[in-house]
Amino acid sequence: MTARIHQRRGAAAAAPLPARPEADKHQPDEHRPDGNRPGEREDRDGIRPRVSGDDATDPGAAPPPSRPRRRIGLARPLGVGVVTLWLSVIVLLPLAALTVASFGEGVSGFWAAVTAPTALASLWVTVLVSAIVAVVNAVLGTLVAWVLVRDEFPGKRVVNALIDLPFALPTIVASIVLLSLYGPNSPIGVELNATRWGLVVALLFVTLPFVVRSVQPVLIEADREVEEAAASLGASNWTTFRRIVLPTLAPAILGGTGLAFARAIGEYGSVVLIGGNIPRETQVASQYIQQQIEIDRPLNAAAVSVALLAIAFLTLLVLRVLSSRTQRREERDA
Amino acid sequence: MITVTDARKNYGSFAALDDVSLDIPSGSLTALLGPSGSGKSTLLRSIAGLEGLDSGTVTIEGRDVTNEPPQRRGIGFVFQHYAAFKHMTVRDNVAFGLTIRKRPKAETDKKVDELLEIVGLDGFRNRYPAQLSGGQRQRMALARALAVDPQVLLLDEPFGALDAKVRTDLRQWLRRLHDEVHVTTVLVTHDQEEALDVADRIAVLNKGRIEQVGDPVTLYERPANDFVMGFLGSVAHFGDQLVRPHDIVLERDRATALALDAKVAGSPGVVEAVVERVVPLGFEVRVDLRADSGARFAAQITRRDAADLQLREGETVHARAVGRSSVVEVDPALAI
Repeated sequence: MTARIHQRRGAAAAAPLPARPEADKHQPDEHRPDGNRPGEREDRDGIRPRVSGDDATDPGAAPPPSRPRRRIGLARPLGVGVVTLWLSVIVLLPLAALTVASFGEGVSGFWAAVTAPTALASLWVTVLVSAIVAVVNAVLGTLVAWVLVRDEFPGKRVVNALIDLPFALPTIVASIVLLSLYGPNSPIGVELNATRWGLVVALLFVTLPFVVRSVQPVLIEADREVEEAAASLGASNWTTFRRIVLPTLAPAILGGTGLAFARAIGEYGSVVLIGGNIPRETQVASQYIQQQIEIDRPLNAAAVSVALLAIAFLTLLVLRVLSSRTQRREERDA
Repeated sequence: MITVTDARKNYGSFAALDDVSLDIPSGSLTALLGPSGSGKSTLLRSIAGLEGLDSGTVTIEGRDVTNEPPQRRGIGFVFQHYAAFKHMTVRDNVAFGLTIRKRPKAETDKKVDELLEIVGLDGFRNRYPAQLSGGQRQRMALARALAVDPQVLLLDEPFGALDAKVRTDLRQWLRRLHDEVHVTTVLVTHDQEEALDVADRIAVLNKGRIEQVGDPVTLYERPANDFVMGFLGSVAHFGDQLVRPHDIVLERDRATALALDAKVAGSPGVVEAVVERVVPLGFEVRVDLRADSGARFAAQITRRDAADLQLREGETVHARAVGRSSVVEVDPALAI
């Protein structure tokens, strides 16, 4: 058909065939500001009886649903005040107090506390193990979500409900559960207690739902026609997944992975039994903090806590930037 | 040439396609027309391979593709809701089929530029679909489908999501595009006006079966049955028959009506009716009538005829039907 297109390019020069339909030139302005899905908007346009030919500005049309409404209920200043107070009391003040405490002996004191060999080792173990957990979660969580959304199998609802169990279970119970399976005298012959793999397994257990639950709704909402379009253009299933589906899921996967990582960094209950708390081996930061409190070194505890806080904050920040970048690309409109 | 033979497709107990056979000549623009649930989309998706048939075969240009996946059927498919790749620019959307075939970049760029010019989006290369209007998005989808040089172009209600004005413009544009590109095109629509406007062949579907296939004029003037007649235009129940409202002629004088009617072989006769309402519709005037029997029907007459007749509500007129070609027997179940 290349040849044919060539032909008709010549023809187009003589008589410009694709005189672009006039009416939709100015359309982008029409449905942009309300920010809802253009398809829906146009559906309504399609059935709306049209009196005049001019469709660009049609004030008589039903107002788009997402147009800002007059506020009702709480007066604005009161609402903002309550939220600020609440966040301050619950989040900001304790964090500030912690930070102040960690600098009780000045910057050098803080630095010494954080860079003490066991402290540094515990932070390193925490980040390493959490990173592994995050990556595994990103892959397998997406897979689990995919299977739960796209495949039909007996017992699907049960499995779906089971995903939330690690959320509901007290983490210490998780630890005992894992210890009975992977601990000393393991019934399956796999002893992971007091190893870093034990930590990984424990953290995987408690972070299972994060990626699954953030990817699932996106996958349910995903437009299957887009995948069919890719297939009709010759894309194999894998190519379609990699180039079409994955970019759509990326923000959700990133978000879920970030939450899983943040949770893994701070996890205490589930690793306390299976980890073994061996300094420089399996001792994670939260255990180190606990230990320092017990031996009456609150400054060390506070300093490592602030370090953890910084790592968690940084993680969320990076993910935030990444996912907003992906989203902005899709919704980059005037 | 696309040939569908004895196609059957059931969803549970619902027969979406009930033994459908259809030939679509190469280079034609064929419309599959029918109400929702008539199986027209299922038929199109079966040709594309997006839907598997329970039985029957599909061949495209002599090649049996019944068991081929959509990737290997040599098709281009355009969806009602555009199915744009939202995370890709217009350029990358159109280039997709070529990129995954690992064509050289220069070749791909050249092809994309040509296609964007054809669809009138040459200034929009680096935009994202969200920045385009519905009509522009659909033209992008069309360029994307054409980029892989498909043997057949399949359009599933391509203008269904657009508003009325854009829809009319775009379908005429599609017609011109088809006249230049000549790729065998199948278009699914529920809009008879759209089918009559763009297609050179129309297949009317109803309840998973093909009622009639033909060119627009044949279908309009010689419908095979009540359904086709009713679906391709407005109808009036005239006596015991169905006629087009514009084939009804009104006379004040009964004798004139009878005399003129006698010249029309097999006409349904002259019906005496009372004018209930006279509605000017611009070029034409619709006259709502009530027959002696109580049956209501409408006649569509020209402004000039209406002016000559000087009809007033409550007056009695004598209606006769001309244009026998569009008269079909009324299904007893439909008769008033």
